[in-house]
Amino acid sequence: MVETIGTGEIIIQSIARFWPTWIAMAVTMIGGYFIREQLGIFGRLYGSRIGMVGLGLVLFWIFTAVFANQIAPLGPLDQSFTFGMKKALPGTIDSESGIVFLWGGDNLARDIFSRVVYGSAIVLVIAPAATLIAYMVGSTLGLPAGYYTGTIDMVMSFLANLVLAFPVILLFYLLVTPEVNQPVPLNLGIVTLPWSIPIGMAAFFFIFPILFLSLMWFTKYEKNTTKLTLYLAVTLVVGLWLYSGLVFNADPFGMVGMAPNELNIFAAVILGSSPGVFRIVRGLTMDIKTRDYVAAAQTRGERPWYIMLWEILPNARGPLIVDFCLRIGYTTILLGTLGFFGLGLQPESPDWGSMINHGRAFVRLADTAHIALFPAVALMSLVLGLNLLADGLREEALKD
Amino acid sequence: MLMFILRRIGTMLLTMLALTFIVFYLVTLPGNLEKLAKTEGEMRMTDAEVQAWLDKEGFNRPFLVQYGEWIGNTVRGDMGWSRVFRKPVSEVIGERLGYTGILMFWVMAVMVPGALIIGVLAGMKEGSTLDRTLTVGSVASTSAPEYVTGIVFTVIFASALGWFKGIASTRSITFENFTLPVMTMAIYGMGYIARMTRASMAEVMTSQYIRTARLKGLSFRSVVLKHALRNALIAPFTVIMLQFPWLLTGVVVVETMFNYKGFGFALVEAAGNNDINLLLAISWVAVIVVLLTQLISDIGYAYLNPRIRVS
Repeated sequence: MVETIGTGEIIIQSIARFWPTWIAMAVTMIGGYFIREQLGIFGRLYGSRIGMVGLGLVLFWIFTAVFANQIAPLGPLDQSFTFGMKKALPGTIDSESGIVFLWGGDNLARDIFSRVVYGSAIVLVIAPAATLIAYMVGSTLGLPAGYYTGTIDMVMSFLANLVLAFPVILLFYLLVTPEVNQPVPLNLGIVTLPWSIPIGMAAFFFIFPILFLSLMWFTKYEKNTTKLTLYLAVTLVVGLWLYSGLVFNADPFGMVGMAPNELNIFAAVILGSSPGVFRIVRGLTMDIKTRDYVAAAQTRGERPWYIMLWEILPNARGPLIVDFCLRIGYTTILLGTLGFFGLGLQPESPDWGSMINHGRAFVRLADTAHIALFPAVALMSLVLGLNLLADGLREEALKD
Repeated sequence: MLMFILRRIGTMLLTMLALTFIVFYLVTLPGNLEKLAKTEGEMRMTDAEVQAWLDKEGFNRPFLVQYGEWIGNTVRGDMGWSRVFRKPVSEVIGERLGYTGILMFWVMAVMVPGALIIGVLAGMKEGSTLDRTLTVGSVASTSAPEYVTGIVFTVIFASALGWFKGIASTRSITFENFTLPVMTMAIYGMGYIARMTRASMAEVMTSQYIRTARLKGLSFRSVVLKHALRNALIAPFTVIMLQFPWLLTGVVVVETMFNYKGFGFALVEAAGNNDINLLLAISWVAVIVVLLTQLISDIGYAYLNPRIRVS
């Protein structure tokens, strides 16, 4: 006989299981309150109820991802071989190990609670990282487009619109099919590198963070040679090390690497979201470029790239922070879409999109609906948190 | 104005050409062709047999020749033969677009009025409780992508309550069948349009002519209906038009989820089975839809708002 616990107990136990998250959230929120004066726009969030709710939801998932090992009672791929745990209802007790499957078991008798918790770690690494890189790509291209306008702008805007006009879903289908991204060895004489279209795209996109940082140091410390050499050296060494590991899986120390699947998704998501960043950065640059402090810098004889990176970009940070939050949410949705069509990570991966994809076959029966429901609600709550946070930030930014 | 439209159409054609070029390149990559040969011929083909098959079908000719041939045929309306559906592609596309059109019509019919009403009500009195509630509601609706709302709705309304069906058939379009897919799609876009309408409405409500109208003694109701509404609806118009490309992704998700055999479903089938001709035709149509709506939104905006004249 399969034993279960009641709904009330499921809720209480679910809350209790997240204890590391609650403690970390409390520490962060209370600690943040005392130093809110130093936190700039984030400190002013304490005045906005909507923003606080958003921040709370986002922090909840961040800390859940951080403490996933402590929260989840089972591993993401652990199957239970006890009878009756397949598609088990929420609150079913595994009679062999005594672990309660709070949110039920999926069709392979894996604990959905643990999978959702581990899934947060995947989503919260890929979505912000991809957004960050998309931001660096979009800024490095959008700043000159908005600053110089003319032919550069025309060409780059055309390319950005090209990607934007492409139905995202079709793009994903074309890029993430196994036939397209099978790496082929490419002999460059000195080294042989794996090569495929997604790897090529990643190779193109991942160069931008290095380029962006190098440009920043170069323009800022042009006259201070020691600092410039130091910063540039650190950026290039660390950057190129990560680059070789992440893009070509050829890290000389064998420490950094990404599965080919993950790289494909990364490249596809960055391609999907960087044109949007490009457009917003370009628009902001065109607006800010007419300000007096830019004219002052131009009169001082500063180089264009100094003005773009150190005068225009910092002054565009308000709208960009808001857009960044929104865009992480959008990227999360994109990742989910990929998972939904089974184009995402490995099929057994616990990311929320893939879980929804597996669960949707069972959604039409009330007894098995929970398999897709819990990851769906998790994804929605994270995106909602990000959107509310962005809303709160926008409201606070407008108050100036 | 004419120059503007002509230039936009020129850019559009160039974009279309570039995009189909990319799609053509991607679908005719060696890996894809090999898979195609094996599914069409036999799974255990040797490499030589695969090559022979590709030679026979003309896939080994220079890339540009193949692409040029495809463009030439497409412009003449012949989009080739769909290998999955065993029908001419133009027939498949026409039929499927019709089904999706019906779905889209109902989505628009629910989404646009709903979003405009919510936006106008929220923007009427900025900062009021009604405004706050509706704004949070709109944010929540934009946070729930179709594959989330679709699942939540199916679980609640189809599995638990049994009011609606979790499957939408193209053959019988009934309230029971259509409510869930239409709701799923409408809700995701609704929040976004509502927020745009709200912003635009709030801006109009602070303008001078509204204050004048209020001061001359008109009731709040008639100020909103007669003076504010018309000006506030210009911005949402553009947004609604620009929703089309977004809805396209939604169509694919919703049609897959509810088993509605429309355009989006055809895309999934074509991509999954590497039906080259169908895939090319779908991207062709999708790109045309996206670019046309952009064009209409630009022209419509200039037409509706006389202060903005295209240069």
